[in-house]
Amino acid sequence: MPGRLQRARSGEAVAEAAVPVLSAADYQGILADTLAAGHRLLACWGEPRPEGRVLVTAAIAGDRDPTVGLLSTLAGGPLPSLAGECPAVHLFERELAEQLGVVPAGHPWFKPVRFEPPLRPGPDPWGRTLPLAGVAGVPPFFAVEGEEVHEVAVGPVHAGVIEPGHFRFQCHGESVLHLEISLGYQHRGVERLLAGGPTARTVALVESIAGDTAVGHALAHARAVEGLAGVEAPPRAAALRAVALELERLASHVGGLGGLAADIGFQPTASACGALRAEFLNALAELCGNRFGRGLVIPGGVRFDLSAGEAAALAARIDRAWAQVEGTARVFFRAASVRNRIDGIGVVAPRLARRLGLVGPSGRASGIATDARASHPFPPYDAARLTPAVQEAGDVAARARIRRDEAAWSAAFVAAALRALPPGPVAVAVPPPRGDRLVISLVEGWRGEICHAIRTGADGRFARYKVVDPSFHDWMGLQVALRGQQISDFPLCNKSFDLSYAGHDL
Amino acid sequence: MIGILRARLRLGHQTIAFPGGAARLPARFRGRPALAPDRCAAGCAACADVCPTGAVLGTGAGGLAIDAGACVFCGRCQEACPARAIVFTRDHRLAMRAREELVVRGDAPTLARALDGRMRRLFGRSLKLRQVSAGGCGGCEAELNAAGNVQFDLGRFGIQFVASPRHADGLVVTGPVGANMRDALRRTWEATPAPRLLVAVGACAISGGVFAGSPVCGDGLDGAIDGVPVDLYVPGCPPHPVTLIDGLLRLLGRLEGDRPESLAGAP
Repeated sequence: MPGRLQRARSGEAVAEAAVPVLSAADYQGILADTLAAGHRLLACWGEPRPEGRVLVTAAIAGDRDPTVGLLSTLAGGPLPSLAGECPAVHLFERELAEQLGVVPAGHPWFKPVRFEPPLRPGPDPWGRTLPLAGVAGVPPFFAVEGEEVHEVAVGPVHAGVIEPGHFRFQCHGESVLHLEISLGYQHRGVERLLAGGPTARTVALVESIAGDTAVGHALAHARAVEGLAGVEAPPRAAALRAVALELERLASHVGGLGGLAADIGFQPTASACGALRAEFLNALAELCGNRFGRGLVIPGGVRFDLSAGEAAALAARIDRAWAQVEGTARVFFRAASVRNRIDGIGVVAPRLARRLGLVGPSGRASGIATDARASHPFPPYDAARLTPAVQEAGDVAARARIRRDEAAWSAAFVAAALRALPPGPVAVAVPPPRGDRLVISLVEGWRGEICHAIRTGADGRFARYKVVDPSFHDWMGLQVALRGQQISDFPLCNKSFDLSYAGHDL
Repeated sequence: MIGILRARLRLGHQTIAFPGGAARLPARFRGRPALAPDRCAAGCAACADVCPTGAVLGTGAGGLAIDAGACVFCGRCQEACPARAIVFTRDHRLAMRAREELVVRGDAPTLARALDGRMRRLFGRSLKLRQVSAGGCGGCEAELNAAGNVQFDLGRFGIQFVASPRHADGLVVTGPVGANMRDALRRTWEATPAPRLLVAVGACAISGGVFAGSPVCGDGLDGAIDGVPVDLYVPGCPPHPVTLIDGLLRLLGRLEGDRPESLAGAP
């Protein structure tokens, strides 16, 4: 990484003044160079400054350096778009325009992201003013023209019990030429509500960024706040947090395999995984009373402890459940009727995945061997020596195998961690956050890298709280995976990515 | 094929005995809060101070009350109370027919009332529901899906989620009703043939939950579809599948008091 960046470890707060404010040309030059050199954009956000200007800050990271690079620029008008050169930034640029009016000049597909009102007064770049009620999913949509081309529009309300989103398929017969996904229906103003915190509501709110990733987001938040306050959670708390994070991964990956099986119509694995997913959710509930781990992780540690007997019983339960998952997964991956549906379907080639900046299992299925548990580890992952699971095929089968392999690691990790919980307290007192600090907190949730960025004002309150759920990086992956596919394979491709609408929409 | 059968046999019978038997809730499960107002010291508001959603409506011997419709069941108030005036029990029976019935005070718990005769005759044996996520985090959706899996098996009661509002007897709504979903929710309601039911699932749909007061959301389903009243409120963040099943069965008159009235069918 170039020397002109401020570096910080994940969860380490730096003085706001230490982050260099570069000229727009330098900022963009460094961003483009580092991304081209294989680094990834973790987050990019704006904050209003006097005279209509916007302080834009980017956080970048690589695989070999356990730090995060920070750089800023003060934008007084449009910035030239980098999306053509570095597609990974395309949605961040649109978000910046929607929230704070920084127009990415020359952006190839300039649209609002969430159809949310701007974070500062006045019309946004599309001339929209408040109130913006009920305008999500409006045209234009990328359209293909031709005599035999037709368009299929689906959503926001779908056939299953799932979250809302709008999908526009450009089709020729059964085959999809292009898919555009328009989201924002789940927007509920999370970042607005977090600003001004911490309050009594803050933890419950971050647990509601994506309900199936409550532990992941709560942990990213807790580590950020601990960084701002200058404390660290005690070892026993760190171990219990990791147990919860891996249980969340297990539940989601096992449930995801079951979902794929259901979409294929392979009933044995579909029903078995439905029940086995519950084993891991119930294990979380044994720990904290809630099946999604809500209420467990707080700044300073965790709210619940396990006795030696409870921990041993839970470990045995995980071992038993995992043995059953292995059995049903083996049957799934061996069945010809399954192979026939998942091999070579929904391919995202490694080169494209890298350019799009895919993260998590979706990225690792396309050869991107990045996992924040390995690249930016915190206790106890620093001692766990995780080697990221990786596949090269980039298809539905690869994404499914990644999830099975990661779940296997998690099951072994959880059982071992429960049998060797370090002694001591499960929480420490957390003083108020220090003022004028910036912290980036990275956690590898089950969908990939979760990034929370907090800047405190002089009073120590959250002046800006930026959340990046891994889904924000990965939705574009699903859109390109559909190209050239049968439209009937959409549910399967969608399930193989298993992305969060709520996490994207905030 | 042998492998498939072997894996299936190893799994065994998974469906819980509830409502005929145990619901298998975890030991630390937090259900209906039990309040002891006489223990609540005047002037102390430790519980209200830590509540993330303002669910503690009042304190003191005469006023201690928790709105289960706003509560996220985190248990912080119980932790903060120096007098143990608030204790979360493992009672999963939380669903109610009227918004004000969700307010828990020191008195004995009430249970959701059944529909009247005609609606019960129509829906008692077969209830098809369409789900709409209107904002929210996806947590309630996960539990609604879980309610249909082999463990909880909502289908054994003749209750199912269907793909189209045209095929539905009612809507199950989750989320605080964000501005961007208001129109889609109203249109889905209009596409559902009458007579129809409206069910609010989760703290967000009941009161806005953790998103209450957001400038881009409503505060739940009440009044979100012009003038349409909610027939059943299912509290929780998210509600446990057993809480949901219990609420729906009581609504249909198939579960009364502590025992299943008749599992074989509705009146």
